[in-house]
Amino acid sequence: MNIVVTVKQVPDTWAEKKLDPSDMTTDRATVDNVLNEMDEYGVEEALLLKEAHGGEVTAVTMGPDKAVEAVRKALQMGADKGVHLCDASLHGSDALQTASALAKVIAPLNPDVVIVASEASDARGGVVGALLAEYLGLPQLTLARKVTADPGGGTVTIERQTDNGYATVLGKLPVVVGVIEKINEPRYPSFKGIMAAKKKPLVTMTAADAGIDPGSAGLSGAHSEVDEAQPRPPKAAGQVVKDEGDGGAKLAAFLADQKLV
Amino acid sequence: MAEVLVLVEHADGEPKKVTAELLTLARRFGEPSAVFLGGPGTYAKAKDFLARYGAQKVYVAESADIDGYVVAPKAEVLAGLFGSAAPAALLVAATAEGREVAARAAAKTGSGLVWDVVDVAPGLVVTQQVFGGSTIVRSHVTKGTPVITVRPNSAAPEEAPATPEEQQVDVAVSDAAKTAQVSDRVVEGKSGRPDLTEASIVVSGGRGLGAAENFRLVEELADLMGGAVGASRAATDAGWYPHQAQVGQTGKTVSPQLYVAVGISGAIQHRAGMQTSKTIVAINKDPEAPIFELADFGIVGDLFNVVPQLTEELRKRQ
Repeated sequence: MNIVVTVKQVPDTWAEKKLDPSDMTTDRATVDNVLNEMDEYGVEEALLLKEAHGGEVTAVTMGPDKAVEAVRKALQMGADKGVHLCDASLHGSDALQTASALAKVIAPLNPDVVIVASEASDARGGVVGALLAEYLGLPQLTLARKVTADPGGGTVTIERQTDNGYATVLGKLPVVVGVIEKINEPRYPSFKGIMAAKKKPLVTMTAADAGIDPGSAGLSGAHSEVDEAQPRPPKAAGQVVKDEGDGGAKLAAFLADQKLV
Repeated sequence: MAEVLVLVEHADGEPKKVTAELLTLARRFGEPSAVFLGGPGTYAKAKDFLARYGAQKVYVAESADIDGYVVAPKAEVLAGLFGSAAPAALLVAATAEGREVAARAAAKTGSGLVWDVVDVAPGLVVTQQVFGGSTIVRSHVTKGTPVITVRPNSAAPEEAPATPEEQQVDVAVSDAAKTAQVSDRVVEGKSGRPDLTEASIVVSGGRGLGAAENFRLVEELADLMGGAVGASRAATDAGWYPHQAQVGQTGKTVSPQLYVAVGISGAIQHRAGMQTSKTIVAINKDPEAPIFELADFGIVGDLFNVVPQLTEELRKRQ
């Protein structure tokens, strides 16, 4: 199977995330950046599919120069090839533009399965999987907690997580699969994997290479505009008391006092 | 006034509370038109509710295709309404599926998408609380029809009885939208509790509970208060509680009136999913636990003493 998995570099979970006041985009310069944790589940699922059915895994990202580190991490985990869409004109792209640009990079790779994690920890939109299905014109098998591929029958079946359980959803190849965490246990790159990754093919593409219309790309072509951003005002300190055997009663009194019960 | 489309969030026709919140928000800047998308015969259960919360019009699209395929048919019907109704905006609940439907409707119509909004002001300026609630952003859509997903519990629902005009929508779903086929829907662990993201009270358990069976304490407290049960990532990772209940960065974002954190330290991943709750109370044995920085009221103590006592006290007060 020809498998493509999307990855994204994001500010580290522990970093204090903020917007760059000059253009209101996510500040990626003053923080440590890592592979989006959820993407590790996507890469793992891609590798599991490859191990079960053969084929090749290509990790694709879009982002500034150093975002290539996210692809490298995927290669270290075991992906075979990497593609990095990198172009200053793409800076400030919204989710629609990003998914549209990724679709332009992915389509010529002729994948059987495109794997996307359910969301990135910085923007938390959770829409790129659905949007890739839209732009690529492929079945949307997102919010998957279990994926079963049948390459012989030409189908993929997932368990799509719902609020109160799951739905079984089937699509004919090629498909877009969106995975939630808990679907698997992502592997750590081995020393061998880290060494091997250095020799794996990694292509850098410009917007023009991908056929992206420069007029529609980046901040100037975005579909929305940030007017202002402010830090949330600090919360007034609450009351913290040590349990002296009456903690539960005190808490009940507080809740009653606040008319919450 | 222009129409504002509100996608009805429902379970087999039963509208969710967030639908009333969306209709209430929509009235601020236009005439709310509810859009009901569901399987055949499901609309009847939503009719009175939509009238009570002020829908001036209801677009009814009932079809087996709506439920039979993932997301795409819904997005197609909505995109069609953008053309025929020329609405000022589309409001959708920011649920896992809601955000996907909204995104595809926006893509089909070249419209801007803003998500997880907590307030909509005149001029369609939206407020979002991003980066786990640490930054407040105001923004507006610049292209097409603004598509806005709204976080549940962002507005207090207000009744505004109306007699909506009903308009049947012809659901002619294209073959292209019928590619991800639903063959089966399975309900797991039906609890009778409110939805986690909609509940006005959430009681969550974490690592401090120590074992799956101790979630009983959390459930008992939640049931007494009519709340939903949440869990920290540590608890779901340990397999003590289902992933659907996870609150935090890789789980659900909740914003209830009251959030009760039981044995949860309050790591940044967890705070990202609950720190905009109106009132936060915490029970933890570690006085240094970061959850206490957020708590309006905190008890430093053994949850196995404090929680049963709290439950007992609340029971007495009922």
